[in-house]
Amino acid sequence: MSVELDVFVGNTTIMDKEVYQLWLNGYTVNDAVKVRIEGGVMEECEASAEVLLSDTMDQYRTFQMCERLLHHPAKLANQLLFQIPPDRQAMLIERYALACQFNSLDLVIIQFQTFICISLFRYYAFDDSFVREVLGKKLSKGTKKDLDDVSIKTGITLKSCRRQFDNFKRVFKVVEELKGPLVENIRQHFLLPDQLARDYAAIVFFANHRFETGKKKLQYLTFQDFAFCAGQLINNWTVGAVDNMMEDMDVDLDKEFLQDLKDLKILITDKDLLDQHKNLVCTALRGKTNVFNEMEANFKNLSRGLVNIAAKLINAKDVRDFFIDLVEKFIEPCRSDKLTSIDVNLYLTHYTNSAHILDTFKHHAVWTRYMGVIKSCILRMYHD
Amino acid sequence: MPGKLKAKIVAGRHLPVMDRASDLTDAFVEVKFGNTTFKTDVYPKSLNPQWNSEWFKFEVDDEDLQDEPLQITVLDHDTYSANDAIGKVYIDIDPLLCSEAATVISGWLPIYDTIHGIRGEINVLVKVDLFNDLNRFRQSSCGVKFFCTTSIPRCYRAVMVHGFVEELVVNEDPEYQWIDRIRTPRASNEARQRLIFLMSGELQRKIGLKVLEMGGNAVVGYLQCFDLEGESGLVVRAIGTACTLEKISTFPATATHPNNSSPSKDMKDSPQAAPSTLGCRSTHSSPVHSASSRLSQGFSVSVPTLLFAGMKPRHRSSEVPRARQCRPGFGEEAPGVPLSSGPPTPLRAQTFSSFSPSKSYSRQSSSSDTELSLTPKTGMGSGGSAGKEAGPLKALLRQQTQSALEQREYPFFTLTAFPPGFLLHVGGVVSARSVKLLDRIHNPALGNTRSYKLLDWNSFTADEPETRDAWWEEIRQEIKSHAKALGCHAVVGYSESTSICEEVCILSASGTAAVLSSRFMQDGPLDTEHRLSRQPLCVFSTGSERVEGDMGSSASLGFEEVVSPGCGFCHIPYDELNIPFPAQLTYCYCCRRYKVPDVLFTTIDLPTEANVTGKGCLIQARLCRTKKKAQGEGNATAISSLLPFLEYELHTQLMNKLKLRGMNALFGLRIQISVGETMLLGLASATGVYLTALPSPGGIQIAGKTPSDITYEQHISTMQKKINDTIDKNKELYEINPPEVVEEIIGSPIPEPRQRSRLFRSHSESSDEVSELDLSHGKKDAFVLEIDDTDAVEDIHALLTDSPTPAGFYSCNTEIMPGIQNWTSAIQMFTSVRVFRLNANLTNQGLNKIFSDLCENLLKSLYFKLRSMVPCCLCHLNFTVAIPEDELIQVAVTAVAMSFDKEQPLENGKQSGEKTLIKAITENDEQLQFNLELNAETSSHNPLSSPKGLSEVGSHLSARAPSVDYSSFADRCSSWIEQLKLKAHTIRRGSVKTTSSLEKASPLPEGRSRSLRSNRSYSGSSVAVVKMTPLSFIPGAKIIKYLGIINMFFIRETSSLREEGGVSGFLHTFIAEVFAMVRAHVAALGGNAVVSYSMKECVFMENPNKNQAQCLINVSGDAVIFVRESELESTSVQTQSATTHTSNGGEGT
Repeated sequence: MSVELDVFVGNTTIMDKEVYQLWLNGYTVNDAVKVRIEGGVMEECEASAEVLLSDTMDQYRTFQMCERLLHHPAKLANQLLFQIPPDRQAMLIERYALACQFNSLDLVIIQFQTFICISLFRYYAFDDSFVREVLGKKLSKGTKKDLDDVSIKTGITLKSCRRQFDNFKRVFKVVEELKGPLVENIRQHFLLPDQLARDYAAIVFFANHRFETGKKKLQYLTFQDFAFCAGQLINNWTVGAVDNMMEDMDVDLDKEFLQDLKDLKILITDKDLLDQHKNLVCTALRGKTNVFNEMEANFKNLSRGLVNIAAKLINAKDVRDFFIDLVEKFIEPCRSDKLTSIDVNLYLTHYTNSAHILDTFKHHAVWTRYMGVIKSCILRMYHD
Repeated sequence: MPGKLKAKIVAGRHLPVMDRASDLTDAFVEVKFGNTTFKTDVYPKSLNPQWNSEWFKFEVDDEDLQDEPLQITVLDHDTYSANDAIGKVYIDIDPLLCSEAATVISGWLPIYDTIHGIRGEINVLVKVDLFNDLNRFRQSSCGVKFFCTTSIPRCYRAVMVHGFVEELVVNEDPEYQWIDRIRTPRASNEARQRLIFLMSGELQRKIGLKVLEMGGNAVVGYLQCFDLEGESGLVVRAIGTACTLEKISTFPATATHPNNSSPSKDMKDSPQAAPSTLGCRSTHSSPVHSASSRLSQGFSVSVPTLLFAGMKPRHRSSEVPRARQCRPGFGEEAPGVPLSSGPPTPLRAQTFSSFSPSKSYSRQSSSSDTELSLTPKTGMGSGGSAGKEAGPLKALLRQQTQSALEQREYPFFTLTAFPPGFLLHVGGVVSARSVKLLDRIHNPALGNTRSYKLLDWNSFTADEPETRDAWWEEIRQEIKSHAKALGCHAVVGYSESTSICEEVCILSASGTAAVLSSRFMQDGPLDTEHRLSRQPLCVFSTGSERVEGDMGSSASLGFEEVVSPGCGFCHIPYDELNIPFPAQLTYCYCCRRYKVPDVLFTTIDLPTEANVTGKGCLIQARLCRTKKKAQGEGNATAISSLLPFLEYELHTQLMNKLKLRGMNALFGLRIQISVGETMLLGLASATGVYLTALPSPGGIQIAGKTPSDITYEQHISTMQKKINDTIDKNKELYEINPPEVVEEIIGSPIPEPRQRSRLFRSHSESSDEVSELDLSHGKKDAFVLEIDDTDAVEDIHALLTDSPTPAGFYSCNTEIMPGIQNWTSAIQMFTSVRVFRLNANLTNQGLNKIFSDLCENLLKSLYFKLRSMVPCCLCHLNFTVAIPEDELIQVAVTAVAMSFDKEQPLENGKQSGEKTLIKAITENDEQLQFNLELNAETSSHNPLSSPKGLSEVGSHLSARAPSVDYSSFADRCSSWIEQLKLKAHTIRRGSVKTTSSLEKASPLPEGRSRSLRSNRSYSGSSVAVVKMTPLSFIPGAKIIKYLGIINMFFIRETSSLREEGGVSGFLHTFIAEVFAMVRAHVAALGGNAVVSYSMKECVFMENPNKNQAQCLINVSGDAVIFVRESELESTSVQTQSATTHTSNGGEGT
């Protein structure tokens, strides 16, 4: 005797949050049942393993049906296939409203079926350890094939890895061709809360420029470090950043700006300017730090490093190495000199400001725009 | 052309990608009604087309309006090749034809394709302009209201109950037509869907005609079924109860008469609304009548069910009246009979006065009936037995009602719940079955030329409906004669069903024999002398007076005579000395005046006024019998010889399980027999209760046949102990206390009459006790189970293996559970389907066990699924079994889980106080609706004042929300969200991708949602929540309008079964889609709920080897608008503010 078919369909869709999480984590039905049995749900509800299996399979099917919709969240708002329990909805609405503090940007979230909304967040949520592995990689079939290695390395099930990867890819594909601010686009098309949308923006941005993040020297950086830097880059270095969101997209760096960065080379090629700059900085720093000597000794070296990075950014290939360059050319030398992050902050502040006092240096706007991002990125990345 | 149908195609959304190159679709729409087709322009390159078409107008006969659905086809335009169909929408416009139902269909409807399922949605507007047609020869019956609900619908009251209406139509099944070999599966499915739509429309129209003929204006308890007979065709048949209904005046008035309309209130407030009734005796005299037109030997068996062990089924040659009666013909059946006297009922019966002429007409026609039919004579014959009844008054009463009833061919009623005072006595279950051989198609060659789109069976299958009619007629006659044998003149809770396997078909009918008051059947008041003489017996005269007040004008006082509510219906209707089956009679435990049987079985719902001790529970008897494979007549004979035994065993099982639970009555009994090639399946479900009026059931005693063996003795005594323990446990579980402690009954909400009845009883007990000792109940008459063979041992094991429901759960298959009243508004309707594959070569016992486990496990799964709703009751648990193919058993369950508050119902005063409180709050809210901060404050005030605050939930706002009045809370939330939304509209620039959730959370009057919808239809509007329930009511809410019947038929087929998640994935999606379509159609009618929902057909076929599967689903129900009771009072305020709101909202968008 065997069960050939077994379905349960409610007028309002019942979703078990615990099982949903198991599904997202890529557990097979059998594994999920085991986890649930260990969780003690059987004793609680006088159920047998058979019942639990049937329930889990049923839930998994519901999620799979739901998944199709989750891929196009905008449709969720007026989809007819699932109905959400009204009372539960009332509770969820209120909780969400509280959480959102009536933030008008999050209205989208409250307005439609909150219940599915939660599924949505969870569906689009990702593991930092996973994203760290694929950050900056091309979101291609090739990368997807390598996911089993990632899965082994991170201990996240392959299924879950695939889902997360596909999410990245889906968002990337949609956003790629859209105009306007990146984060806003993601939020509107995928109805994600602010923070999650920002993270996705970072992922898309990294994937687009194929930033190198996998090198050993970069291993100490977390996804959140990169996401922060990506935010800086998106907000300051893209076309959208200056053009007030007209026409162009956020995904690409401002070519003109990159071109202009070459002009900064004068800071290291002109010997006078370099010395003058050094003097100004040293004067400002003197007495304010314990590591003044090291700073003074290293000034030319560090300055060369930063300006060279700027000058090279016009080549797409060098953009990829942006972070590794920052680490090699600036962070590592500073660290070997035992600079604290306060020291680095002090140094970079004066380094940036002093350039404006230089007589022959004309590229103030570009300099500010460049150094603003560099400074905040370095400060964020300057940790163990 | 008395009707103009207008349709407008507004927009589409979420269309599938039809053009791979561009990832877009060039969609246009064809709108078809009858033979007329209109097209919209092509809206190029969009998945969300905005057609915004002109109004397409169809000028048609109202006959066509009733028969035909409006067919909307969405296509993808293709310049070079044929246009591809995206999908279709069938819209039943019947609800628009009745003035009291919906006025417009407007909303987003899913576009459905039989191969791909739902593919996007389309927004349409449909209206109908009807012109009055006073032509008495007309074939249409617009204006007759149809209800699936098997009681008088909530916002109506019955002026007259006319009686049974039935009709059937037959056609060739397109699936079996010659052309099916060359057309695509899609074309074939669509042909079938369309045909069934047409046939249901026609069937409804014909039934409507019969109703008008009888002088009624509505059909209640409308039950429509399909018989997919395969080669021999497709039968669509329907039965119902014709009534004259009167709408109870709207809101303000209803608020003052809540008794009439709200079921829960009925229970709470007016238990005295009593049908005075007599006697009861559960007999299940289930005759199995088998005679096919080809089988010459027919027989009829009556299985007396209340037998003690060891009794054998008695065969008795029944007095089946073979005489076929000439029925007055209707319509096409007998065109010769002139309909000259057709009632000039106006098309839209707006005034009730217009019914009086038709009423008088109905009498006229029934008298002509009498002339035509032989019924009166047969009536006389059995009248003799009625005459023998004890008490001349009873006889008088009977004669009167009888005369009213016997003018009808079949005194049957599909109702299961009755207006107070209608049901007098219940006799017991009567049922009849008949095994028939389906005829093969006569002339397949004809199929080639025939177009299947019209129902022109007259041409060659002309005799088909005749044959089927004759079959059913036989069975109904049988039922009628059984009812007579029980001393009853009517059958209530009547239903018919079939089970088909290859060419064998089992027709079944069952109902409850009963004696009814003629009040709703005759016009004039009845004999007063008779009433007076009965009056002294009336214990609760106050109660009945109140009822009369409610019942209004037509209420003749004639039948308020008899005794107490809550026990009257149990009193036996038959002659004590002439019992049609072995039974033990005792004096009623409530009134001590009349005789009652020891057990009572019925197919109806528990009358709301019945006195019940404790709670009830679902009781199921399950049985499997193997059968040899056979063909044709041999097969039919084999089946007919098996049936009586099957029925008998089911009955014994039911009886045992009933005793085991310490209960004495079954309600809602439904026995389903399913036939397969190698087995017969029987499933009997019912709700067991302890009727206070009936004697306490004896225990179960086990007797071994060989007392010599000591171990055997021991074995028996352990079993006996087990059984006794189980009985005790069950008594505790269901709160069944012996009648002496009757004060603690939870089921009887009003203390006063109860106390009185107790006093009355104790008084009578003291006086009668001695004389009644011989009729005593106690353990003396314990039910004896003899273990004389393995079968009996199996039986006992089966008895004990039924696992109890987990804590916090109750289950029943009736509308309500006795003893539970304080329902919350949380309901969850669900459908669950399981298919089991059996191993070959199982014994009967093995099969039984498997089948029983299957059902048990299914129940267990349900309890687990719904654990979040505890404490809750699964109501209307409706099991359907089928044998889709050899070695497969399919069980489908549809039910509703309703949670309730564990606490005892509050006192009335307290409740009303609370209500006003809520009302005040709601009003507050309404006023403050545009002020965010203030509003938040109000919501924080509310819960503190709520007396019912139960569970403290995590978040601080929700902690303040009382668990009970979600309804009002949800509403508040929604209004508050609406505000946010308004703000959002002003704040946010750019596209609004998602819109409000307000409509779904707020069960507001239609005006509001309507206007909202129409305002928004262009900018992707929100989805309204539509509740679905198999019950006739929604707890905590009041139905304010019935919008019409929902009757939908869908076919889904796939040839990529694995890709769709296997059979389970396929069916899961399909059922979810069916729900979605039902909800969408109800919402389009302006409704927010479906009541009396049922899934009447779920035929699933698979062929895993070919990766194919097909499924047919037929669902029905009544679309309604409901309002939460808590809001009822403040509705006017709400509507006002709603209008302001809407206009604001409109500006915002």
